[in-house]
Amino acid sequence: MSDVVLDVQNLRVEFPTRKGVLTAVDDISLQIRRGEILGMVGESGAGKSMTGMSILGLLEPPGRIAVGTIHLSGDRIDNLDDRGMQAVRGRRIGAIFQDPLTSLNPLFRVGDQLVETIRLHTDLDRTGARERAKDLMREVGIPAVEERIDSYPHQFSGGMRQRIVIALALCAEPELIVADEPTTALDVSIQAQITALLKRLCRERGTAVMLVTHDMGVIAETADRVAVMYAGRLAEIGSVDDLVRRPRHPYTTGLMGSIPSLRREVEELQMIPGSMPRLNAIPKGCAFNPRCSHAGARCRQEVPRIPDTATTGAACWLAQTGTTVTQGEPA
Amino acid sequence: MTLRQNAILEVDALERRFDVSAPWLNRLIERKPRRTLRAVDGVDFVIKRGQTLALVGESGCGKSTIAKLVTGLHAPSGGKISFYGDRDRLQMIFQDPFASLNPRWRVARIIAEPLRTLRPETPAAEVSARVDELLRTVGLAPADGLKFPHEFSGGQRQRISIARALAGEPEFLVCDEPTSALDVSVQAQVLNLMKRLQKEMDLTYLFISHDLSVVRHMADVIAVMYLGRIVEIQPTADLFDNPLHPYTRLLLDTIPDLEAPCRDRSPMVGEVPSPVSPPPGCSFHPRCPLAFDRCRSERPQRRASVHNRRVACFAAEEGSSDVQ
Ligand SMILES: Nc1ncnc2c1ncn2[C@@H]1O[C@H](COP(=O)(O)OP(=O)(O)OP(=O)(O)O)[C@@H](O)[C@H]1O
Ligand SMILES: Nc1ncnc2c1ncn2[C@@H]1O[C@H](COP(=O)(O)OP(=O)(O)OP(=O)(O)O)[C@@H](O)[C@H]1O
Ligand code: SF4
Ligand code: SF4
Ligand SMILES: [Mg+2]
Ligand SMILES: [Mg+2]
Repeated sequence: MSDVVLDVQNLRVEFPTRKGVLTAVDDISLQIRRGEILGMVGESGAGKSMTGMSILGLLEPPGRIAVGTIHLSGDRIDNLDDRGMQAVRGRRIGAIFQDPLTSLNPLFRVGDQLVETIRLHTDLDRTGARERAKDLMREVGIPAVEERIDSYPHQFSGGMRQRIVIALALCAEPELIVADEPTTALDVSIQAQITALLKRLCRERGTAVMLVTHDMGVIAETADRVAVMYAGRLAEIGSVDDLVRRPRHPYTTGLMGSIPSLRREVEELQMIPGSMPRLNAIPKGCAFNPRCSHAGARCRQEVPRIPDTATTGAACWLAQTGTTVTQGEPA
Repeated sequence: MTLRQNAILEVDALERRFDVSAPWLNRLIERKPRRTLRAVDGVDFVIKRGQTLALVGESGCGKSTIAKLVTGLHAPSGGKISFYGDRDRLQMIFQDPFASLNPRWRVARIIAEPLRTLRPETPAAEVSARVDELLRTVGLAPADGLKFPHEFSGGQRQRISIARALAGEPEFLVCDEPTSALDVSVQAQVLNLMKRLQKEMDLTYLFISHDLSVVRHMADVIAVMYLGRIVEIQPTADLFDNPLHPYTRLLLDTIPDLEAPCRDRSPMVGEVPSPVSPPPGCSFHPRCPLAFDRCRSERPQRRASVHNRRVACFAAEEGSSDVQ
């Protein structure tokens, strides 16, 4: 098990509010191995970013990890203090967010920002760090590096800025990259360039990647495994192929059916009735039960869980007791 | 021409330029010239009554500008828009259902507003009955009329926008990225609703999206845009079966396909150039694998003989006889 880079066990994130404690992430367990890309999908508010932020140690108070552990290559990181976490972030975990400008300082030339970061995490001198910065810029596909290295962030296009952010995330050769919607703000042609870049880096450097996105197409072509979140919980986790072709959780089935096809004409898209519950109104038992056409008495009482240590599984009573829901069937 | 007989909208050589020059003093001091951005640069298409024409293309290609020209929010700098319907029955649905709903108004008042504008003399009881009916039409309950927009989810808010648009008894709806801010499962609800309403009320849609799979699902005819121009326009099935323009082909080859995932897809090279100084000739030539000399100096025209099946590309023109 030595190639497990990220090991999250029973993670629970809470937000204490005046009206009570909200649970944004509820009992999430997952692992990512060396060189593996784990996709995280789910609708808005499902808890994808909160999971990523917990791993990065960037939860905004009063949000807090209430239960669970996070290990990075065997070292526990969820209980580190701010300084300890700061050392891990940047050096051992890189972060890429949707808006590249959150990671770049608009007042400094990109080259200087890269050099600073490299010097912070390595013992290279200024000249060495500048050479390394140029190498990284070339590696992420910035053309004419000599001319561009002294430009400011606003002088780059959105796609080029995101490349710079990836270069920044790579400065310290991190073991893990958490990428939260890295291509959502970009055009399709640029999006494909960035995901191809992430895939190549992951393959060549053995970096583990957590890729948060709402785009199932991107997941299908980029990730090795995928975790589906619903109302703060894991609904299903497994290989991309299994989840796309043989989804087991009725929510995953519904999700797949609701995506318009590029190849076929369909008169009507499949619909999941209703909407995801708010954090203060999560139903008892399976959180999906009010929208699920298979829901039975057990679903309204007991919370289904993915068995411990499972790398594949669905948090669904129906799926766990042997019946599989196929894609053609109405959810 | 049978096709034009039931046309509801005809757009002809439409242009919209924006002045993006630096302020006058800066221009004087730094000796910078005036700069013009051609957001829409000679666009034409026809929409038939009861049909959906989709505009698709990457960010900044001019889709929203066309929407604003058609709805009259912008004035054209050139060309002509002929609308053969009732201008008062043209409505618009925007991308962000929250920004476009007044947060201080109850939903019933929001929905009633276009109705009151259209027919100010309508008795209050009739207005409220109509609002209840509209709420039911879009899958909400009459009781929801008493709530405020923030009490609804994104998909529900977009339903409220649709109910509001329907209150104006539209015959023509301009929909600018109506589901782009929504989750796929919610998007499915809104798209199904829009299709159903189109059938029931014989609505015509100008449907804007950057998502080719959404456009495939919704449109009868698709116009692919690049840098302010339509590079190709075809009936939906034909566009997917036989894309003619190199940009369309690359786009179709680039987008991830859930049903046939390709894990080593090679992405399109380069980026969309600045619309302030677009490349000469065919503006796609710096990224086009088929570009030859003529493409760098001469601008390809879409051949105007047949409507709704045209391509602006020298290679496609020379290389295929199936372009009519
Ligand atoms: N400061 C906070 N206080 C209370 N609840 C919060 C706070 N921040 C986030 N939440 C809630 O936590 C839940 C999970 O949010 P999260 O940002 O992880 O969602 P997400 O899956 O990343 O969604 P999206 O696709 O919209 O980015 C949401 O319901 C959100 O409203
Ligand atoms: N009021 C304006 N002043 C100056 N330039 C403008 C104005 N409105 C739009 N533009 C420019 O015109 C071009 C077309 O913009 P438009 O909003 O129509 O694109 P779009 O296709 O809708 O893009 P997106 O997919 O990002 O919404 C862009 O380069 C944009 O920056
Ligand atoms: S546990 Fe029950 S309600 Fe939940 S998804 Fe499975 S069948 Fe549906
Ligand atoms: S006209 Fe030339 S450059 Fe433009 S798309 Fe056709 S082949 Fe490519
Ligand atoms: Mg998020
Ligand atoms: Mg737009």
